Amino acid sequence: MAQHQVNYASAAGLPIALTSVDKLVNWGRSNSLWPLTYGLACCAIEMMASGASRYDFDRMGTIFRASPRQADVMILAGTLSKKHSEFARRLYDQMTEPKWVISMGSCANTGGMFNTYATVQGVDRIIPVDIYLPGCAPRPETLQYALMMLQKKIRRESADMNKNTKQNLRLV
Amino acid sequence: MRKYVPKDNVQGKSYYTDRFWVAPRVPRTAVEEGSHFASVVEAMGAFVKEAYVEIGQLVIHIDATQNLEAMRLLKEQCGYTQCSEQSAVDYLAQDGEFELFYQLLNITQAARVRVVCRIKKGEAIESIVSLYKSANFAEREIFDMFGIKINNHPFLKRIIMPDDWEGHPLLKTYPLHGDEFASWYEVDKIFGKEYRDIIGPENRDQSRIDRYDTKRFSRVGYEVPFGADISEGEKENPIEYSETVLVDYNKDAGKELAERK
Repeated sequence: MAQHQVNYASAAGLPIALTSVDKLVNWGRSNSLWPLTYGLACCAIEMMASGASRYDFDRMGTIFRASPRQADVMILAGTLSKKHSEFARRLYDQMTEPKWVISMGSCANTGGMFNTYATVQGVDRIIPVDIYLPGCAPRPETLQYALMMLQKKIRRESADMNKNTKQNLRLV
Repeated sequence: MRKYVPKDNVQGKSYYTDRFWVAPRVPRTAVEEGSHFASVVEAMGAFVKEAYVEIGQLVIHIDATQNLEAMRLLKEQCGYTQCSEQSAVDYLAQDGEFELFYQLLNITQAARVRVVCRIKKGEAIESIVSLYKSANFAEREIFDMFGIKINNHPFLKRIIMPDDWEGHPLLKTYPLHGDEFASWYEVDKIFGKEYRDIIGPENRDQSRIDRYDTKRFSRVGYEVPFGADISEGEKENPIEYSETVLVDYNKDAGKELAERK
């Protein structure tokens, strides 16, 4: 973020950088997005590939966490069955605010090819989703792009989460 | 005259059914004299109602009440020590019966036998867990998918569907897209029935594409906020790269090759 670079010549020799609270907080939030290690189906393989050395999510500050208490992004990677929906929602509830959700792949978006009785027809029926990510399965580049879009979205938001527009489900 | 069925929206249906399709049948041959299978049929004796060979496998029809004794004989005297698969077929519509089958394997003879029996709707069948440990999960699956009760099973409980599920999904009468209970299952369980109105029914139309629906999808490079109105068209939203000290990833700093070298 170039506007926060300290130019000693222009700031009268003082180590001062001027910014707003929103920008500072969102800079921290967007550059330390910690997703939950949570794979549901084959999309999880692509998610693992994204986290590994070739695509290296760590360089964006995205470090997978094994506990919902430490995570602030939930990547729903794969088919969500109706039997499991209760637990997915519980994990989402256990995450601390602020939290964001990426729906990864066709199955998570709409139920995909599983137009059957046992599959949730889109995870947005139970969890408010910020980024929908198409593909079956999406390439790691796509997930990386989704994370960058999410970072962009967070930088646009207010630091006070109550001021941000929320879907009605988040208030449940 | 045959009833006219409109064929214009075949993609809109979840699967295509050919009206003239006939299920293929594999040929059945009689059990050969002097073969291993002939000795099996002979050992089974009075248990056998009908026996034939299908694709190199012996198929034996038995009475459903005698399944445990017949399987014990096959295991202890004929060497069929493994039960690799066990399930049922719903013939309720055409015969009013379920067909249960057990797929057995004899390792020393490299031979397989399928034991088939039929039960009426509502009838229970004896468990074979005392003979084959693998039958434990298979019988739970039969109970889960068809609602067939298994007598003397050590732990008869649903294995695939949730414990509080209603209905048995592998019955031919069970709709592919689920009944009312199935379609609202996750909503009822997580939020309660009063949330049905807020969340709304499932969208089961796979061919539905709404160009202006920004609640589900957005175009790459033209992303808009959730639920934004784009009936007037959307603005371009180019990919932004973060600025780094060493490399400038932004396009204007890069060199573009206009023609081949």
